[in-house]
Amino acid sequence: MAAVAAFLIYQAIPAVSKDKGNFFTTFTWDPDGSQVFGIGAVAFGSVLTSVLALIIGVPVAVGVALYISQYAPKIIARPLAYVVDLLAAVPSVIFGLWGATFLVAHMVPLSRFLARYFGWIPIFSSPDNIFGKSVFAAGVVLAVMMLPIVAAISREVFVQTPREHMEGAIALGATRWETIRMTVLPYGRSGVISAIVLGFGRAIGETIAVALVLSANYSVSWKILVPGGNTIAANIANRYGDAGSIGQGALIASGLVLFVITLVVNFGARYVVRRGAKKAAA
Amino acid sequence: MSVTTSSLDTPIGGPSLARPRLRAWAFWVTAVAVYVVLRLLFLFTVQSGQPMFPAGDRGFGQAVDAVLPAQAAVQFLLIFVVGYVLVQTIVSATVEGWRHAKDRFMTSLLTVAMVIAVLPLVSVLVYTVTQGVVKLDGYFLSHSMRAVAETDPNGGAYQAIIGTLEQVGLATVISVPFGIMVAVYLVEYSSGRLGRVVSFFVDVMTGLPSIVAGLFVLALWVLLLGQGVSGFAGSLALVILMLPTVVRSTEEMLKLVPVTLREASFALGVPKWLTVVRIVLPTAVPGIITGVMLAVSRVMGETAPVLLTVLGNPAINFNPFSGPQASLPLYVFSEVGQSSDNAVARAWSAALTLIIIVLVLNLIARAVARFTRVNG
Repeated sequence: MAAVAAFLIYQAIPAVSKDKGNFFTTFTWDPDGSQVFGIGAVAFGSVLTSVLALIIGVPVAVGVALYISQYAPKIIARPLAYVVDLLAAVPSVIFGLWGATFLVAHMVPLSRFLARYFGWIPIFSSPDNIFGKSVFAAGVVLAVMMLPIVAAISREVFVQTPREHMEGAIALGATRWETIRMTVLPYGRSGVISAIVLGFGRAIGETIAVALVLSANYSVSWKILVPGGNTIAANIANRYGDAGSIGQGALIASGLVLFVITLVVNFGARYVVRRGAKKAAA
Repeated sequence: MSVTTSSLDTPIGGPSLARPRLRAWAFWVTAVAVYVVLRLLFLFTVQSGQPMFPAGDRGFGQAVDAVLPAQAAVQFLLIFVVGYVLVQTIVSATVEGWRHAKDRFMTSLLTVAMVIAVLPLVSVLVYTVTQGVVKLDGYFLSHSMRAVAETDPNGGAYQAIIGTLEQVGLATVISVPFGIMVAVYLVEYSSGRLGRVVSFFVDVMTGLPSIVAGLFVLALWVLLLGQGVSGFAGSLALVILMLPTVVRSTEEMLKLVPVTLREASFALGVPKWLTVVRIVLPTAVPGIITGVMLAVSRVMGETAPVLLTVLGNPAINFNPFSGPQASLPLYVFSEVGQSSDNAVARAWSAALTLIIIVLVLNLIARAVARFTRVNG
């Protein structure tokens, strides 16, 4: 891990030192021409799409985990879990292809609907009524891609809920949902939180699917329905082909930032998991 | 008001503490009723030119542009599901009380979540198959893209299949022995600090974004050591991604090997290394194979690191150690970036090829896991 960081830093320094803008706050990306570049816009885009993916994906994923672990009969629980895991085996480029050619087109009516009736909420406003390769679509694709991870980890935690707790709740006359709310959810909370954090790490590092679904630009906008947006990872994939030596260094530098973000996120999640495991063992 | 408490097994007729419960047929009746009511509403509104859920720009009261029958059906289904869940909750609340109503509401909600989660998978698979079979034939699988313009209808993915198989094969050859050794160390030999640190870093490496792995190899191997892009550079990036998965799954399998087997071996005077090589590893082999296959199927679809280190190549390059190669995911990525319909069709066929390879590997892995499970 140290080696990864060291070599990325080593390759990034020459480019960043030539940067005529501020690397962290500049919104444009022109390292080979005017040498003004910064990760402001792409970092914002990364966080925005990933958070959007969390908002869409996490409720579904936790619902799936609860359904498989608590509701589904044993016979269908296994195949269902397998099907959800299968979702994780589909290559990301295929999600990108599906997102760009199928999902984007089919989300236009929904986007129109949102813009028309909820346009007064700033993030849904769409002045030009043009929809398509938007942050919203990227968020949905990312939500689908992180769903299996979040669902799998949550499921494992939910299954470990002590039987005595649940039986106690049932003995008190609780309905199934009350049992879940009183025993399964509190028990699994730390596990679910770390699952969400890991899902976030996966979403923010995802490259190809986002590169295919977004129509890249370097603006910062909250309007998730309007085409545009970019992420650190997608920017690397899109710009690598035409990058000169400074351009490559700049891309490596932005990759370093991504690396640090995911490292922090993963450390945090593992820490929560370990603490949760210790608490369960005690 | 006479309270009959004389007989325990005949509570009928006496006041009960519990609210009545709904029977299963009540929900079928509710569903049918909601369906009929909504259908009538739909019929009425559509006939008078007012769809309930306009997809067009102009909103209520206007004709709708481009609502396909399929889209209309999906919209109706959505409205039906929402309507049914609401009505069911209200019915349940009035008869059974709020606590049971909430229970039923959450049950429906979770079921809907499950369906929503499965839909994308079905959609992806169906769409890929229907789009992919158009061009997927012997010609596609046996010809490269050399001297094929993007608008041409011919061309194939032969060079990409070769590239993917070579890169992933090399990555497997490197990462499997190494990963197994790390796992053996962690399970059999490590005690205390070093083991904990290694296993923690393996955990963290699992979350390493694939593009960062690609950048690392680019920075170290291609730029610093000046080796240039090649299939082997791509393999190195894939090794970084495979290693944690292989270590983790091997570790799990080794832990499943019963302690009694090891003790029996020690009791016969067998040294530790021989015990590991002859007793522990063979017992765990089926599980390890499964883990390796899952890791292989995962890295096979990785595009980002390959994009940075292998670069792509329209012509056939059998040698993974020099010059740019092609790879299936990369092929999909570059073809879909072109605006020609023929290029996009090629992308779909390559995607289908990739999905078939990955799914077959996955199924083999699961089958191996199922039929050769360790008894213990």
